[in-house]
Amino acid sequence: MSSALRREQNRTTGTLLIPALAVIIIFTTVPALTTLSYAFFSWDGFQRSTFAGFENFQRLFSYPYLDQLTAALRHNTIAFIVIMAFQTSFGLLLAYAMFRVKRGLRVYRVVVFLPVIFSLVVVAYLWQSLLDPYYGPINQIITGLGVPELAKPWLGDTSTALPTLMFINIWRWVGFPAIVFLAGLNAINAEYIEAARIDGASESQIFRKIMFPLLAPSLTIITVLTFIGAYEWFDLPFVIGGSNGSPAGATDTLALMFYRLSFGSIDSGANNVGVGSALGVLIFTLVGFGAAFGSALLRRREVEQ
Amino acid sequence: MIKLFASRTFFQSILIINAFIVLLPMFFLLNSSLRESNEFARTPFALARDPFWENYQRVWSEGEFGSYFINSLIITGGSLTLILVLALGAGFVLGRYSFKGNNVIFAFILTGMLVPAKLAILPLFIQLKWMNLLDSRLGLILVYTSAALPAAIFIMSGFFKSLPTDLDNAARIDGASEFKLLSKVLVPLVRPGMAIVAIYSAIPIWNDFFLPLVFLQSPEKKTLMQGLTVFFGQYASQWGVLFAGLCLAALPLVVLYLILSEQFIKGLTAGAVKG
Repeated sequence: MSSALRREQNRTTGTLLIPALAVIIIFTTVPALTTLSYAFFSWDGFQRSTFAGFENFQRLFSYPYLDQLTAALRHNTIAFIVIMAFQTSFGLLLAYAMFRVKRGLRVYRVVVFLPVIFSLVVVAYLWQSLLDPYYGPINQIITGLGVPELAKPWLGDTSTALPTLMFINIWRWVGFPAIVFLAGLNAINAEYIEAARIDGASESQIFRKIMFPLLAPSLTIITVLTFIGAYEWFDLPFVIGGSNGSPAGATDTLALMFYRLSFGSIDSGANNVGVGSALGVLIFTLVGFGAAFGSALLRRREVEQ
Repeated sequence: MIKLFASRTFFQSILIINAFIVLLPMFFLLNSSLRESNEFARTPFALARDPFWENYQRVWSEGEFGSYFINSLIITGGSLTLILVLALGAGFVLGRYSFKGNNVIFAFILTGMLVPAKLAILPLFIQLKWMNLLDSRLGLILVYTSAALPAAIFIMSGFFKSLPTDLDNAARIDGASEFKLLSKVLVPLVRPGMAIVAIYSAIPIWNDFFLPLVFLQSPEKKTLMQGLTVFFGQYASQWGVLFAGLCLAALPLVVLYLILSEQFIKGLTAGAVKG
């Protein structure tokens, strides 16, 4: 390479790379690195005051925060288990159905994935209207079917609010695992399936013995993403239940609690940046370690093609 | 069970049932947006035989909906432009030049994909306040750009890497500068990558309501998804108007999706699937 070209390339590298790096460093790296330190100071509104050691963590684990924390953690965990079980198995079923069906595949694929591109705000309000206790068509259908005692204020009742939110979440997201699994199925070497068929294996044997084991990488990705999504669950509970997780905290989550502590709320009053940051560190640790540990565990059962 | 697995009809019917579960609520939304509110309350299931377009007129002319919509367009468009320009430059340098530190910089950029933006929200809030970028559309654009850039650079450098190096040498022999080489020769060849990056970045930015909720306070700067919460309070029980607002908010991405569904699906599963 001539030295003139090298000089020009060095100049180009600078002009093209530095702006992108600067934006990432200023708006992602610096805030991410400083966030940890916030938890170790006491705060007066958004003004940092004295070094506090582990005091914020101690307060997070005592009254009144501890009760909120355990309730929120329970809701996140229920959400992870239920969403993982139903969303993943429905997603797999849809993916396998699309894999088997030859006619109309393109249309089905577009439809299956459609809710995923809808804004969660739109989805939340759409379902809130559908489930409206007085005007909502869902309760009208239930009453029309002759079982009016099953018509409930689905989102207003403490016993049904969280399951209803999980249902809305699954309706919105199921297309994502479906498309990921479909891509995984399409990546399986067709010769394996052909050979098994020639040996007289049934379709269900082919699925259980060949396809499902080879889908392990897709399953790892889906599990990890569902885990992260469930423990950082915010948008849907916030739009429907507000920052306090109404009704009566039945839909409270860790991320909602983090938001209340960080920015304050109408009911629980002024913010507490220190305790909020301590909770942020806790969520980050939980999600980070959980995701890393889970994916390491799941990777072990992945097989090479 | 075994019989069911053998029959294509079974799987066809699963997909048809799923299509109903997906499309019926959406159809209900569209249909109800074209009906007068009182009529909707009386008979929620009747078809809008005589479309009541006034709902859409009211959404657009009354209140702030129009300005929310335009703010969202400015913020999404501004972010996309910045993301594409910066990712093209950085992707070109990292994908096609071999220099000392190339791999280190690339690895550093990838760590940006691991940071959950929501949990760094407090330092970001205080930092933006200090930089005078709080309650500012530009501030929001810069934050979105920063969040989307790592993945965008990753995708673009992959596309640049896959092009033959002969192209560069031929252009250089013809006297093209490095910048000309990028803009005139290579950019037209990486358009598919740019489409994936654009789509991949546009969905979360258009749909996001968390960052505007935290960073934007002035009513005239609010974005559409953030504004919908205000709008929903204002028009409570005016069903037709509410549904028309929801339809308008969902419309841009749905149209884009129907035109570019292949790239959409590819873009969103890129990186999620190995080989």
